[in-house]
Amino acid sequence: MIIEHIDAQLPGTITDRHDFRGDQTIVIPRESLLALVALLHREGFQFLVDITAVDWPEREQRFDVVYHWLNLASQERLRVKVPVSDGQSVPSLTGTFKTANWFEREVFDLFGIRFDGHPDLRRLLTWDDFPGHALRKDFPLDGGDVFCMEGCTAPFNNGERGGE
Amino acid sequence: MDSIALSRQQLDGDRMIVNMGPSHPTTHGTLRIVLELQGETITKATPEMGYLHRGVEKLGENLSYQQFIPLTDRLNYCSSIMNNVGYTTAVEKLLGIEIPKRAQQIRVLVSELARIADHLVCVGVNAVDIGAFTAFLYLFRQRETIYDLFEMAAGQRLHTSFTRIGGLFRDIPEGFVPLTERFLVECEASLKEMENLLSHNPIWHDRTKGIGVISAEDAVNWGYSGPCLRAAGVPQDLRKAQPYLGYETYDFDIPIGTTGDVFDRYLVRTEEMRQSLRIIRQVLDRLEPGPVMVDDPKIALPSKEKVYTRMESLIHHFKLIMHGMEMPVGEVYSATEAANGELGFYIVSDGGKNPYRIRVRPPCLPIFSSFEDQVKGGLIADAVAVLGAMNIIAGELDR
Repeated sequence: MIIEHIDAQLPGTITDRHDFRGDQTIVIPRESLLALVALLHREGFQFLVDITAVDWPEREQRFDVVYHWLNLASQERLRVKVPVSDGQSVPSLTGTFKTANWFEREVFDLFGIRFDGHPDLRRLLTWDDFPGHALRKDFPLDGGDVFCMEGCTAPFNNGERGGE
Repeated sequence: MDSIALSRQQLDGDRMIVNMGPSHPTTHGTLRIVLELQGETITKATPEMGYLHRGVEKLGENLSYQQFIPLTDRLNYCSSIMNNVGYTTAVEKLLGIEIPKRAQQIRVLVSELARIADHLVCVGVNAVDIGAFTAFLYLFRQRETIYDLFEMAAGQRLHTSFTRIGGLFRDIPEGFVPLTERFLVECEASLKEMENLLSHNPIWHDRTKGIGVISAEDAVNWGYSGPCLRAAGVPQDLRKAQPYLGYETYDFDIPIGTTGDVFDRYLVRTEEMRQSLRIIRQVLDRLEPGPVMVDDPKIALPSKEKVYTRMESLIHHFKLIMHGMEMPVGEVYSATEAANGELGFYIVSDGGKNPYRIRVRPPCLPIFSSFEDQVKGGLIADAVAVLGAMNIIAGELDR
């Protein structure tokens, strides 16, 4: 329903869409995010449930920033994915949604994606000089060399690095 | 984080920096708040978190779907069984399966018990923080009974890991239902005692009314959910709004408040406990014998007896343990109404044994992010009341 509405109001914005197990997902470029958010907010999607990201290292646009919205009146949910390359930033939603503040800080902390216009973009879960971004796929599960003292082997995978 | 050492500028005037936490009796877990005070009035509050960050989402990418269940225990450890339920419901949505009726009913039963346990802790400890110790004792006696019930069902009091993908780890044992029935009566009485102690207590009123007030629009904008959102007057409860596990067949009400202050949150939680007791009674009335696990060898582990006697079961057992379940490629977001609010799991599957990405949407992170907004201009003693009523659980907050 809302997707047809977005198509009519902002033609050409949606680059991809799919429906899986009843979850409707749309993919939009980062340039259109703020226009879409303004539209969603007007249309009753006033509950920003979550912001997170997914790392696909083999893709050219490496990250998907994933937003989940809920319409409290109609209980309709919408997932919006914004692909970005490493080093690119996404516009911050803190102007419209106060809850975006910490969620964006968390994404910045764990993925290293920057948000333009965020008032206070600091790390949230790890400390300020934490090396790297923990949820990137190339960040080793055991933390890598910086967390191992000299002469210590990684506790997992017989000393091999890199997760599984 | 700014250094908390007093700089010259900070020494000007009457401003004082007070450091609450990371280990403080009223923070309920390790989190730190740097308060800037003018006299006793808070002018700035900087929450700092991450002390309990264990990288649950990262670990989840390296564990199979079943192996992630024990990690969900450690999210909101006051009501761990609800996290088990929320997570397995999400994986079942990804698989597109429906679990047997009895498993659904037992999940509802233990979820509501866990909701009561969580609210008991929240209300009881909130009262202790403000200085009312006695109510806590009445409430914790009931929490003990709930943990005894969990021990009977799951073998563990706190870290239950009771559910499995496709159902439950085992059926509830004999003696569970009579003890639950006794609990229903005793808990009702304890709630009455607690209300006698608090609801009309002028000191409790003074300490909680008008503290932490939030409007409905602001609460939604901050991403509030659960009792804190309902106390602000928004009747949003996923059990009614987007029913799962057959919640639409139970008869219960959603209490809402008007101002969203600490007192309203207390009232909402108290009434929710009553409603949970109602749901539990209905579950006990309609509980029918039957299987508690889906009958699908690709999902459910075969019984030990079959593994030892039948070739096919042995193969299924080996395949499930070594290769995991066959997962469809796709992504789902599934949310359940946990004690603190909307507990969401966003799972991205690339068809492998492990989830490609698993995201936990903790209900108390957005609530806690509004902390400065809530306490600014208030007194330092009120910060403790607000923090208690938000029910911040560090395990869930930091993951």
